Amino acid sequence: MQPTHRSSRILQPAKNWFVFLSLFVALGLAYIPTGRLPGVPDWVPLVLAFWCIREPLRVGMGTAFVFGVLVDIGQGAAMGQHALAYVVLAYLATSVARRVLWFPPLQQALHILPLFFLTQLIMVLVRLVAGAEFPGWGYFLSSFTSAALWIPLHFLLLLPQYRPVDRDDNRPI
Amino acid sequence: MSLAGHQSPPVFKQGPTPLVRLLVLVSVCLAMLVADLRFRYLEVVRQGLSVATWPLQMAAAAPVDFVRNAAVYFATLVEVQQDNAELRRSQLDAAQRLLRFEQLERDNAQLRELLQMAPAPGVRSVAAEVLYDAPDPFSRKVILDRGSQHGVEAGMAVVNAQGMIGQVTRVYPVQAEVTLLTDKDQAVPVQVARNGLRGVLFGAGQGRMELRFTLSGVDVRAGDRLETSGLDGLFLAGLPVAEVVSVDRESQTFAVVLCDPVAAVERTTQVLVLGRAEAPPPRPQPQPHSPPLRRTERKG
Repeated sequence: MQPTHRSSRILQPAKNWFVFLSLFVALGLAYIPTGRLPGVPDWVPLVLAFWCIREPLRVGMGTAFVFGVLVDIGQGAAMGQHALAYVVLAYLATSVARRVLWFPPLQQALHILPLFFLTQLIMVLVRLVAGAEFPGWGYFLSSFTSAALWIPLHFLLLLPQYRPVDRDDNRPI
Repeated sequence: MSLAGHQSPPVFKQGPTPLVRLLVLVSVCLAMLVADLRFRYLEVVRQGLSVATWPLQMAAAAPVDFVRNAAVYFATLVEVQQDNAELRRSQLDAAQRLLRFEQLERDNAQLRELLQMAPAPGVRSVAAEVLYDAPDPFSRKVILDRGSQHGVEAGMAVVNAQGMIGQVTRVYPVQAEVTLLTDKDQAVPVQVARNGLRGVLFGAGQGRMELRFTLSGVDVRAGDRLETSGLDGLFLAGLPVAEVVSVDRESQTFAVVLCDPVAAVERTTQVLVLGRAEAPPPRPQPQPHSPPLRRTERKG
């Protein structure tokens, strides 16, 4: 697979352990107690959407459900609130995967932004129906910061796959 | 397995299609939401799984703890001296109150004995510190650094030096989640200190609280102090809770009574978790064979 479909560079296949390690690191970042700071990126949906687009056969709705429940428990939110939003996100991300991969990372981020926004919208609707307070428009800032992080993340998470198959002294990287 | 939005030929079809999987998982999530928010069935699952996520949560909280401790470390000498003077003053004040309080408590016990009343419930307290705001942005909750191992139980009242700030709603082994008084779902049974009028206080958003279901004719004024009534069998009676800010008697049946909390509910770090030393007596069971109470029939 290439970095994007227009690129002519062939990548190594993604390692299973790296995919799930990155998901658990994102979960750890989501557990950092940042209080009511607005605009903290949602790490788990970010990494989840990335792997749903790159590796739709490995990471999908089932993984999204499991990590959603783990986020629910860690944040003390209603059980199923994040799980529901992440499952919908995973479905939409896998269904746009074929198209998104033709674009460079900046335009990929623009494709993903509405998905992140929808994820947050689902969570707000679920809690408002359950009778919670509206958290204010600053809450939706997170999806914009998450989308902005797509570009560095695109480089970072593909880094292990940029390695050449055989190393020799005449070929740098 | 086939990808969402791409039909594979029937030969290669394995398992349900993405849309079916989506619908199954969404309905599982909705069932979980209803079971948790409406019926509270999933508390056991939550407790069990929180043990598994515990190491990761501790690791994630470590940098935040470090920043907090660093801030304490770099506090200036002047601040410490000011704090110290303030504490000495308040300790003197508290000491003479305490002397009087002990005498009053003895008197009270003797008088209760004379009148053959049940002894006042004992108090159990755990000192705790607020670690951080709970990450869930839809509610007003904080996390304490004491949990079930230290004797904290769900339902206990949380107070600071000025008055009540909230109630313990969920207990983990070494942490506890406190719902603050200003949360929309938090209710406290209170009475007006001036005349003993009872009511229920709810969070109203923007740091305010509202005394709901108060008939517009009753005697409540701005400036009245509200304290816990202890009728719920959980809280101790007489903890200061709030002060009435405004009373609006415009509507026909109920007055709109807005209150401000006495304590700095959302800016407190040192707190005390208070509970009754022994469980309250069980509620009387309704007689199964007694005839139902007859209601007065309305005319019209």
